Amino acid sequence: MSVLVYIQTQDGKATKAGLEVASFAKNMNVGDVTALVPGTLSGDGGLGSVGVSKVLHFSEGVTDNAQLSKLTQAAAQSADASTIVFSGNNDGNSIAPRVAIAMNVGYVSGVTRLPEGKTFTRSVFSGKATAAVNVMSDVCVISITPNSYGIKSDTGEASVETFSADIGVQRIVLNGFTPTSSDGSVPLPEAERVVSAGRGLKGPENWGIVEDLARALGATTACSRPVGDMGWRPHHEHVGQTGLTIRPDLYIACGISGAIQHLAGVNQSKVIVVINTDPEAPFFKAADYGIIGDVFEVLPKLTEAIKSL
Amino acid sequence: MPPLYSYLCNSEKCVSDYQLLSMKLLVCISKAPDTTSRIAFTDGDKRFDESGVQFIVNPYDEWYALVRAIELVEAQGGSVTTITVGDATCDPIIRKALAIGASDAVRIDANPTDSSQVARLISNYANDKSYDIIFAGKEAIDYNSSAVPAMIAECMDLPYVALATSIDVDGDVSTLNCESTGGTNNVSVNGAFVLSATKGMSEQRIPNMRGIMSARTKPLTVVEASEVIATTEVSKFTLPPAKGDCVMVEADNAADLVRLLREEAKII
Ligand SMILES: Cc1cc2nc3c(=O)[nH]c(=O)nc-3n(C[C@H](O)[C@H](O)[C@H](O)COP(=O)(O)OP(=O)(O)OC[C@H]3O[C@@H](n4cnc5c(N)ncnc54)[C@H](O)[C@@H]3O)c2cc1C
Repeated sequence: MSVLVYIQTQDGKATKAGLEVASFAKNMNVGDVTALVPGTLSGDGGLGSVGVSKVLHFSEGVTDNAQLSKLTQAAAQSADASTIVFSGNNDGNSIAPRVAIAMNVGYVSGVTRLPEGKTFTRSVFSGKATAAVNVMSDVCVISITPNSYGIKSDTGEASVETFSADIGVQRIVLNGFTPTSSDGSVPLPEAERVVSAGRGLKGPENWGIVEDLARALGATTACSRPVGDMGWRPHHEHVGQTGLTIRPDLYIACGISGAIQHLAGVNQSKVIVVINTDPEAPFFKAADYGIIGDVFEVLPKLTEAIKSL
Repeated sequence: MPPLYSYLCNSEKCVSDYQLLSMKLLVCISKAPDTTSRIAFTDGDKRFDESGVQFIVNPYDEWYALVRAIELVEAQGGSVTTITVGDATCDPIIRKALAIGASDAVRIDANPTDSSQVARLISNYANDKSYDIIFAGKEAIDYNSSAVPAMIAECMDLPYVALATSIDVDGDVSTLNCESTGGTNNVSVNGAFVLSATKGMSEQRIPNMRGIMSARTKPLTVVEASEVIATTEVSKFTLPPAKGDCVMVEADNAADLVRLLREEAKII
């Protein structure tokens, strides 16, 4: 028995999400961890250091999820995998369900902690509850909520094998890619620290103080829905029930009231800090630390205090 | 009776022009608890307690998938059929979708317990009906699985474009922008495919009086479910523990907050 993990790389190294998935698989303790790596890979991609024993490297770059699903199935067969683990990011979420259907096995997405046998815990109702889900098939396909488990280092080096498989024809043509963050910050779903702002900022011209704090913390910026809707910030920054669901270690909410739909996307953050002029703002009820105050005064001071650490 | 287009013209060119004009779109719609609902469970915490819960069309299905499908058909001709897997308690939200502008609706009469059942039921129904594009929302706001559209694509052996933020259709070729890890992909697909829609696709539409009136008489076909088995089951739902009190810090004492985050929360 073994666990197969699907790993994405950047510049030949496993991404943060990939290292997390491998750590999770290793600590499931159900067998050796084999990593499937499509695309570029240098050395073992850093995968040995999180407990992977073997890497199956498919050197072609593939973007069509139907082809990546076929590739994963072939690797699962080759590794005799009883569990197949993906990161629950955009790519993982588009491949994993296909694999489960093709293999006619159970799929659990959004897993947040290690399973007990074949019972997996996932978050449901936008973080308002969790569900224990039993998989009834022999093989399970799962995806892990990014930043829910973390990276646990291990020792060792993984052996690397070239892997090939018939993955069928490409039916989706990729014409181009536009990166969202030009400043090199971590994508929002994977970010450990997030500074988020709402209508309390009054206008897009005032975002400098939010960005300064984010930069000082090495955080990624986010926003409330009205802020995205009014075009003050790009849509992809919108968090909440109808935007992204995130679970950073630190979420700092600036001038956001804390409506239930907003909380749904952020209430699984480990530590929540709220800065708001209104002591009655509902967000304080969901917060760990709060400052009743004006963001225009508090944020620059906070940035200074962080910088002087 | 031969199909209409053969009366109009016989050349192959004409046939494809006709098809181009009549897009056949399918939109997957599910009911979801209103975003302000109190979440509670019943049956030994095995089932969501629906009593007193107001249901809405899942926002991703409605705001983004359905409205964009209607816009495409308004511009280019064709039909938008909605499909829902569920019992009769789904009918009000299906009528809402018809009021917004769907042409007709199908409900597969079943109480599914996992995503693969929903996907297999929809695929079994759609398989022989040659829809040009199957739309779904990015996720349902109750179980948040983001699984059904990808599963439908696999069941029907179709390409799948996830997290689409825009779509334009020109004959057989559809061009889409979609969110990918760390950026936006621009992709093209030739022929039928499945997409999941997210923010950016379109704006929310409020049904007008005429829409609401006509929705009452638009066809809602209830079909019997084919036999499909679930591969997962929920053994228990749990509510999160109540949050402890919020520690308040003075506004002019930002350094104090930084100290707490470092020493108490150990987060920076
Ligand atoms: C179906 C549905 C889905 C939704 N989905 C989402 C979602 O996914 N995400 C989301 O965010 N919202 C969502 N909403 C909207 C949500 O209900 C709220 O309207 C929204 O979150 C409010 O955004 P806000 O907090 O930025 O603005 P407001 O509610 O206007 O709050 C602004 C806050 O800033 C404070 N403030 C003002 N000036 C200052 C200052 N100088 N310094 C400090 N504080 C100040 C105010 O006291 C106030 O609390 C949804 C709504 C519906 C109906």
